[in-house]
Amino acid sequence: MLSFIVFFPLLGAAVIALLPLERERHAKWAAAATATVVLAAALGLFVAFDRDETGFQFVERHTWVSADIASFDIQYLLGVDGLSLAMVVLTALLGLVAVLISWNIELRPKEYFAWLLVLEASLLGVFTALDFLLFFIFWEIEMVPMYFLISIWGTGRKVYSAWKYVLFTFVGSSSMLVGLLVLAFAAGSFDIIELGRMDIREALLPTQVIFFLLLFGFAIKLPVFPLHTWLPDAHTDAPTAVSVMLAGVLLKMGGYGMLRISLTILPDVARDASLWLAAFGVVNIIYGALVTLVQTDLKRLIAYSSISHMGYVLLGISALGQVGLTGAGMQMFTHGLITGLLFVLVGLVYDRAHTRQIGELSGLAHKMPMIAVVMVIAGLASLGLPSLAGFVSEVTVFLGTFQKHEALTVLGVIGIVLTAGYILWMIQRVFLGERLPRWEGLSDATAWWERVPLVVMVAVIVLVGVYPAILADIIETGVQPIAERLV
Amino acid sequence: MASIDRLGPELILLIFAGIIILADLVVPRWRSGLVAASLLGVAGSIVWSVTLVARDMRGGAFDGALVVDDFSLFFSFLFAGIAALVILASIEYVDRFVRHQAEYYALILASTAGMMLLAATTDLIAIFIALELTGVCLYILVAFLKDVRSSEAGLKYLLLGALSTAVTLYGMAFLFGLSGSTNLTDIANVVAQANDDTRAALVMAMVLLAAGLGFKMAVVPFQMWVPDVYEGAPTPITAYLSVGSKAAGFAVVMRIFMEALDARFISGDWANMFAGIAAVSMTVGNLIALTQTNIKRMLGYSSIAQAGNFLVGLAAISAADGELALGASGVLFFLAAYAFTNLGAFIAIIAISNRTGSDEIGDYAGMSRRAPLLALGLTLCLVSLTGIPPTAGFIAKVYIFNAAVQSDLVWLVIVGVLNSVVSVYYYLRVVLQMYLEAPVSEERIAAGPALGLAMAIASAGVLFIGILPFPLLEAAEAAAQVFG
Repeated sequence: MLSFIVFFPLLGAAVIALLPLERERHAKWAAAATATVVLAAALGLFVAFDRDETGFQFVERHTWVSADIASFDIQYLLGVDGLSLAMVVLTALLGLVAVLISWNIELRPKEYFAWLLVLEASLLGVFTALDFLLFFIFWEIEMVPMYFLISIWGTGRKVYSAWKYVLFTFVGSSSMLVGLLVLAFAAGSFDIIELGRMDIREALLPTQVIFFLLLFGFAIKLPVFPLHTWLPDAHTDAPTAVSVMLAGVLLKMGGYGMLRISLTILPDVARDASLWLAAFGVVNIIYGALVTLVQTDLKRLIAYSSISHMGYVLLGISALGQVGLTGAGMQMFTHGLITGLLFVLVGLVYDRAHTRQIGELSGLAHKMPMIAVVMVIAGLASLGLPSLAGFVSEVTVFLGTFQKHEALTVLGVIGIVLTAGYILWMIQRVFLGERLPRWEGLSDATAWWERVPLVVMVAVIVLVGVYPAILADIIETGVQPIAERLV
Repeated sequence: MASIDRLGPELILLIFAGIIILADLVVPRWRSGLVAASLLGVAGSIVWSVTLVARDMRGGAFDGALVVDDFSLFFSFLFAGIAALVILASIEYVDRFVRHQAEYYALILASTAGMMLLAATTDLIAIFIALELTGVCLYILVAFLKDVRSSEAGLKYLLLGALSTAVTLYGMAFLFGLSGSTNLTDIANVVAQANDDTRAALVMAMVLLAAGLGFKMAVVPFQMWVPDVYEGAPTPITAYLSVGSKAAGFAVVMRIFMEALDARFISGDWANMFAGIAAVSMTVGNLIALTQTNIKRMLGYSSIAQAGNFLVGLAAISAADGELALGASGVLFFLAAYAFTNLGAFIAIIAISNRTGSDEIGDYAGMSRRAPLLALGLTLCLVSLTGIPPTAGFIAKVYIFNAAVQSDLVWLVIVGVLNSVVSVYYYLRVVLQMYLEAPVSEERIAAGPALGLAMAIASAGVLFIGILPFPLLEAAEAAAQVFG
C-alpha cells in the first residue's frame, strides 16, 4: 500500500513524460488523476490506521542490499506511525491542490507536471521511509525537481533562488550524510526502528557532534534562524504551486526529521540541547514575525510568516514531552494547510492583478469577494483564532513548552500578537480600503479548479479547528514512543 | 597451454587488432567491416573471460607473471565494456579523419588488451610492459586528429607519460633492490619482514610508484596534462582516457600496493599518503572545474576530483585490523559506476558537438528542446557525477565514504562531502544551460543509431546500478577479497 502511494506519482510522471508533444495539454489531466488517486489512497490509509497502536503500521520490509554481499545492508523499509501518516495525508492533499492551481500553466506543461509529481513522490518517500539511507535518498531526490521547478517556471530572480535553494539543501544533506554514516557504523544498522531502540553512546565522533551534524541538515530545511535566508527567495520566486508545496510540505521535512531521527535516536543529547532548541525556536518566532511586519510583497510576507510559524514547531520539539511534541506535529500539519492556502490565494491575486506589491493593491474585496473571504478565514486561522486549525496546534505547543521553559514560552506568545498584526494589516490594506479604478477589471475565483482547492482547504481547516481530535489522536500515537524515550 | 588459455581475453583483442590492420590493406575503407571486426574482438574477449569463470580457470600463468583471479576478471569485463562503448561512440566521430580508421580501432583494441594486462600482471617486468603497451597506443590515439591542439596534446601526453614511466621504473628498481625479485608475491614476503633499516627504501619506492602511477590515475599533483590532453584529443579518446586509462592506473596501484606492500609496517604510511592526495585532488579538481567554460576541460578537472574520491577507498584501510578489502571494493565499485556515468556524459557530448562543432558550455543552451533525449541522458550522468540518487554515483559515493568512516577517516569524508557541494555548481550549471536558456538555433539534433545505442546502454547502466546495485556490489566485493 505504501509502495503504491510513493511510486504511483512516479508512474504518473512517466506517463506524462511519454505524452507526445502535440498532446501536451492532456498533461494536467493525467497529473490531476494521479494526484487524486494518491489522495484517495492516503485517505484510505488514514481510515484504516489503527489508532490504538503506537508502533509503525503498514510496514513493508525487503532487503535491498544485503549484508551478505556488501559491507552494509540497506533495507527497503516503509511504514507509517501517526506522525508520518499526518504528513502523508498533508502531502497528498497539497499535491492535488498544487496540480489544480497550476491548471493554466502554458510553459512546457508536460515537464512541469512530471516534475511536480516526482516532487510529490520524493516527499511521500521521505515521510514513509524507515531505513535511514532510504530516507536520505528520498531527501536528496527532492532537490532535483525543486531545482527545475523554481529555475524554469519561477519569476523574478528565479535562477539565483533555485541555486540558493539547492546549495543550502545540499550543504545540509552533506552534513547529514556524515552524521548518518558515523551513526550507522556505531550502531551497525540503518534501520530507524532499530536505531530508535538502541542506546548509542560510543561512536567515532562524540554523540553531540553527530546530533549537531544531523540537526544541521534538518535546521536548514525547517528553516532555523540564521539558516533561513534561502526561504524568502525560493518562496517568492517559485511558481504558486511550488510555493504551496515548499511552505506546505517541504519545511515539514525538517521538523519531521528532528522528531523521527534526532529526538528518537539520540534522546540523551536532545535532553541537553533542549534549552538551545527552545531559544532558537523563540528567536525564529520573534525574528520571523518582525521581519514579516515590514514586508511589502504579499508573497514574501507569507514566506517570512512561515519562518515565524516554524519557530512554534521548534519550540514544541524543545519541550521533549508528549504534549509539546503533539503540538509540534499538529503545527506542522495545520501550518501546511493554512500557509498552503495563503499561497494559493496570493497566487490567485497575482494572476489577476499581476502585482504582489501591497502598496499598489487596495479594496480588492469588492471585486473578488470569494478570495477575500477565504483570505480572512486563512488569515484568522494563521493568527490562531479559536475554532480554526491554527489555534489548537499553537495552544498545544505552548501548553507543552510552558512546563519546561516558562520564560521562553512567554516570550514566544508575543509571536501570536505580531502575527495578528501583520495578517490583519495585510488584509486591511489589500482587500479592504479604497476601491481603485485600476482594479475594477478584476474577477473573482470562478473556475472550478480555483474553487475546489479553496473550498476543500477551508473545510479541512474548520474541521481540524472544531474537532481537533481527528488529527491530535493520530499524532499522539506517533509521538508517544518518542516522548517515552525522552523521559 | 593453461597459461595461454588464461591470457585468452587479451590475446583475442590483440589478434583482432592485427586482423583489422591487415584486412584494411586488402579491403580499404570498409567502415562497417572495421566496426564489426572490432566489436567482434571485444565480444570474443568477453566470451573468453566468461568461459574462464565458467571453467574456474582462476590461477597463475607464465610462472607467476600473470594471474587470473576475481580482481583481474572484474577489470577484464570492465575494460571490455568500456572498449565496446568507446567503439560505438567513435563510429560517427571517426569520419573526421578519412584515413587510418583501421589503425584507430586496432589501437583501441591493443590498448584495451594493455589495460587488462595491467590488472592481471603480478610481476614488475610484466607490469611495466603492460604499462607501455597501454601508453604507446594512447599517445598515438590522442594525436589522431592531427590538428594543432590534438598534436600538442599528443606530444604533451607522450613527454609527461615518458617521464612518469621513468619514475615508476625507478620505484620498481627500489623494490627489486630490496627483494631481489620482480614477483609481487616474493616482494610481499620480503616486505613482511622489513624493519626500520629498510623502511626508508620502502617509503622511497612507495612514493616513486605513487608519483609515476599518479600520472595514469590523473591525481593532483600529477594532473598537469589532463586539461590540455582532454581538450585536444578526439572526444571518444578523451572518454576512453577518462575512464579506461584511469581505471587501469587504479588497478595497477591496487595490485602493487595491496599485494606487495601489504604489511602493517608500511600500509599505514601509504594509506596516509593516499588520504592526503585524495583530499588535495578533490579540492583542486573541483575548484578549478568551477571556472571552466569548455565542457571537455570541465570534465577533465572533474575526473581529477573524482579520482580523489576513488583514492578515499585506497586510504580506507580498516583501523581495527588492517583489513584492505573494504576500501578496495569501494574503489572497484566506484570505478565501474564512474565508467558508465562518464562515458554516458561523453557520448552525449560527442553527439551534440558532432552537430554544433563546439564544446563550449554556452553552446549547450536550450539543448533540452533541440535534443531532448540526449539532454536527459546527459543530465542523468551529471546528476550521477554529483552523487545524487537514484544514480550509480550516489551509491558509489555512499559506499566509499562508508568504508572511510569504518576506517576512522571521518575528516576525509567531511572533505569529500564538502567537495560534492562544490561540484553541484559546475555539474548542474550545464543542466541549467540545457533546460533554461533559449536555444541558439532551432535545428534538432539527433544521435545516430550507434551513439543512441551507446547512450542508452550508459544511461541504463547508471540507473540500474543506482537502483539495483547488488550485482555490481557482489562482483566488487568478490574481486576485493583477492587482497583480503
